[in-house]
Amino acid sequence: MIWQLDIILLLLVVICAAAAITVKNLFSATVLFGAFSFLMCMLWTEMGAVDVAFTEAAVGAGVSTAFFIAAIFQTSRRSRD
Amino acid sequence: MIQRTANIIPRTIARILIPAIQVFGLYVIAHGHGSPGGGFQGGCILAASFILMTIAYGLEDTKRRFTENMNNILSSLGVFIYALTGWMCLLLGANFLDYSALSAILPADPVKARYLGMFIIEVGVGITVMAVMVSLFIDLVTGGKHGEGL
Repeated sequence: MIWQLDIILLLLVVICAAAAITVKNLFSATVLFGAFSFLMCMLWTEMGAVDVAFTEAAVGAGVSTAFFIAAIFQTSRRSRD
Repeated sequence: MIQRTANIIPRTIARILIPAIQVFGLYVIAHGHGSPGGGFQGGCILAASFILMTIAYGLEDTKRRFTENMNNILSSLGVFIYALTGWMCLLLGANFLDYSALSAILPADPVKARYLGMFIIEVGVGITVMAVMVSLFIDLVTGGKHGEGL
């Protein structure tokens, strides 16, 4: 555990999460969510949970981003709320 | 439907990357019981290779290689392998998924049978996850109407 790295990663995770729910463009939100997943993956690795990090990288950053982009193609690009 | 991309660069890169991704997915499944990884992660990586194939080469080409029929068969085959291994243990007089009982039918001692049983489970999970992820992506990208949409 390196606490400096921990703080930087946690700060970036919080920024990515806040940005993903505030941004209006759904495509940007998806990309930010992918970045959030990747940062969470690095955080899991840093905490020693390599198996969880592997799952997060394969599912969160890889497949679910493709799923979200596929779902955005079926709807409008901008959120209306 | 997703069209085959006209640009040669994505198609060439996909052609180089897809076998490497699939070999890595198989590696993750095969080493899942001894190191990080496993059936779910390996299945997701294998599905990602098919998603890349769909994006680069179009839905029609992917469906010719990975047909809907094969998808249905594979997604139930994995569950079947998992359930069969579990029920074999029950039939041999142990608990559900108590792999050491498999030493009666596998050519191995109970410790080695545990190892092999875990490997069989991972293979089943990997096959099902791959097939279900690919069918989820095709359903999402075409809006449920295979071959139309987008």
